[in-house]
Amino acid sequence: MALPRDVADTQALLEAGGYVADRALATTVHLALTMGRPILLEGEPGTGKTEIAKVLAAQLPRRLVRLQCHDGMDLSSAAYEWNHARQLMAIRLAESAGVSERASLERGLYDRHFLEARPLLQALEGSPALLLIDELDRADEPFEAFLLEILADFQITVPELGTIRAETPPVVIITSNRTREVHDAIRRRCLYHWVDYPDAARERAILARRAPDVPAGLSAQVVAFAQGLRGDEFFKPPGVAETIDWARALTALDRRELEPATADATLGVLLKYQDDIARLRGAELARRVEEAREAAS
Amino acid sequence: MSALAPNLLAFGRVLRRAGLPVGPAETLGAAEALSHVPLSDRAAFRAALRATMIHRRDHFEVFDAAFDLFWRNPDAPVAPFNPDEPPPESLPPAARRVSDAMPGASPPPPPAGEQERREDAALAVSDRERLNRLDFEAMSAEELAEAKREIRRLALPLAERPTRRFRPDPSGPRADLRATIRASMRLGGEITTLSRRRRVTQPPPLVLLCDVSGSMAHYAQILLHFLHAVANDRSRVHSFVFGTRLTNITRALRNRDPEVAFQAVSHILPDWSGGTRIGEALARFNHLWARRVLGQGAVVLLITDGLDRGGAEGLAEAAERLSHSCRRLIWLNPLLRYAGFQPRAAGIRALLPHVHEHRQVHNLNSLRALVATLSAPARNQGKSA
Repeated sequence: MALPRDVADTQALLEAGGYVADRALATTVHLALTMGRPILLEGEPGTGKTEIAKVLAAQLPRRLVRLQCHDGMDLSSAAYEWNHARQLMAIRLAESAGVSERASLERGLYDRHFLEARPLLQALEGSPALLLIDELDRADEPFEAFLLEILADFQITVPELGTIRAETPPVVIITSNRTREVHDAIRRRCLYHWVDYPDAARERAILARRAPDVPAGLSAQVVAFAQGLRGDEFFKPPGVAETIDWARALTALDRRELEPATADATLGVLLKYQDDIARLRGAELARRVEEAREAAS
Repeated sequence: MSALAPNLLAFGRVLRRAGLPVGPAETLGAAEALSHVPLSDRAAFRAALRATMIHRRDHFEVFDAAFDLFWRNPDAPVAPFNPDEPPPESLPPAARRVSDAMPGASPPPPPAGEQERREDAALAVSDRERLNRLDFEAMSAEELAEAKREIRRLALPLAERPTRRFRPDPSGPRADLRATIRASMRLGGEITTLSRRRRVTQPPPLVLLCDVSGSMAHYAQILLHFLHAVANDRSRVHSFVFGTRLTNITRALRNRDPEVAFQAVSHILPDWSGGTRIGEALARFNHLWARRVLGQGAVVLLITDGLDRGGAEGLAEAAERLSHSCRRLIWLNPLLRYAGFQPRAAGIRALLPHVHEHRQVHNLNSLRALVATLSAPARNQGKSA
């Protein structure tokens, strides 16, 4: 399938996949596709950064290759790894077959089929892929330095084998929760987009998409409640993912309206820190529920 | 083509003059991006410029202000830019810096408030000089200079943490199969020795939180030297100072020359030697920065005397949250030098239960003792340390 023609087209494409994107995000995605540059998405947890990649992969359609970053991630878990056991076996076989000429042995031993592909290599080989490098902030600086080659030229150099290049460059989406600052060199290679919390109207639209079972009235109240929390300085205000979960939880309890008792019992779905929950319990909660109901009516 | 390209170049210059790191690569990227979006769609136009020219969230405010000012004629991104056109009457505060950076703008006289603040700062500096001598054990200027040199020589050997990377090491505990097989190639596939490797260790990130309020002014200069020495000694150091407000001085401190670095710090520091609201500063840190700089087992050095101008409201909560977010919270307190130190002040009592370690920092010896602590083996996984 061809790439979307313009910004409106891109927005419609994401919309069709169930992602309600604003104009700025659609523009950035459109530019990334046409200019062949990676996207760096930063934003608070639970604002739908990973979801963009999933929806885009499904809609383009592209094979989604996901690399979940973690502390101390190295080449062998991110890019490739030589299968040493099979190599040793090949040496034994060569010995018994009487091959001792060094060049042919080396060619045989460093063949592509002894190389195990991990996500980064998988994304370059085979059918066109969408590479999602998730939570890059969890990886360490040496890994970022390694990523630079891939992001600049869409190629990986294996010292023993040579350079492996992508026939069709993958679409690359990098996400970061900012638990560590991503290095400037990576930033400069990417198109940057800050994924903000959506406004009330867009959040209701997202809820209607992602949790269609939730009654419209309840959905509006839940959104108003969450939006109210985000304005104040909670340690971790709820993300869109939490709003969706909460609306689903209340629906599962057969509620059609937000009311203090159920809200109190299910607060753990929305807020994940005891300080925040304790701050909200009691009269404060009743007041906010009341406000949310007024705002939604 | 139209006037778009020159306009874009001019816009890049405006952003640069407003202090954003915008170079030719950014401008070129923006030019390419603009060929893919309709110029009449203002939202897309803005998004395209922002995605290509800006690389971090912190720069959005300045960018948006510059965008609104520079492209203020919404119909004509392609019309020639007229630098003589007067800027709109009322500007949002963020736009002031940008409007000064616009071509044709004459630098306006600095607002009266700023002038005053500069003079204040100058006064505070000379005060500190005098008090330094008193407090750093009545040092002469020469001795003080010597002390600064000493501090610059201090290396902080924080106990290292294992990473998940390896380096070749002939006596390492693990076999390195990749290197072994590569070596065997030289011998026609004969494996004679196992290559070995060892885990790489790395010092943990360090976060410095330094109080520069009035009651700490005696130490502020010498401590700034300490911060500067630490920040340039190693990678992964984040430095913050707080009085009534919290300021990130990491980038300013990065200059190798201490005088240049302090110049840069004094430019961004809003409240030198004012009062302290420690609780508020820590809460602010928890809210804005904790998740961004306390990853990967960070150690926090909190440098304050614990004397809070407000009644220490919220300090206990903020300190508890902070101590949960880092691997080790070390409080450096200049007041500890008095033999009969009693934790009486509300701020000190609120802070004390939540720090993993409470140390003195009022002379070079105590700084050296601190260095020894930080390099001690990691018996410090919990509060019992």
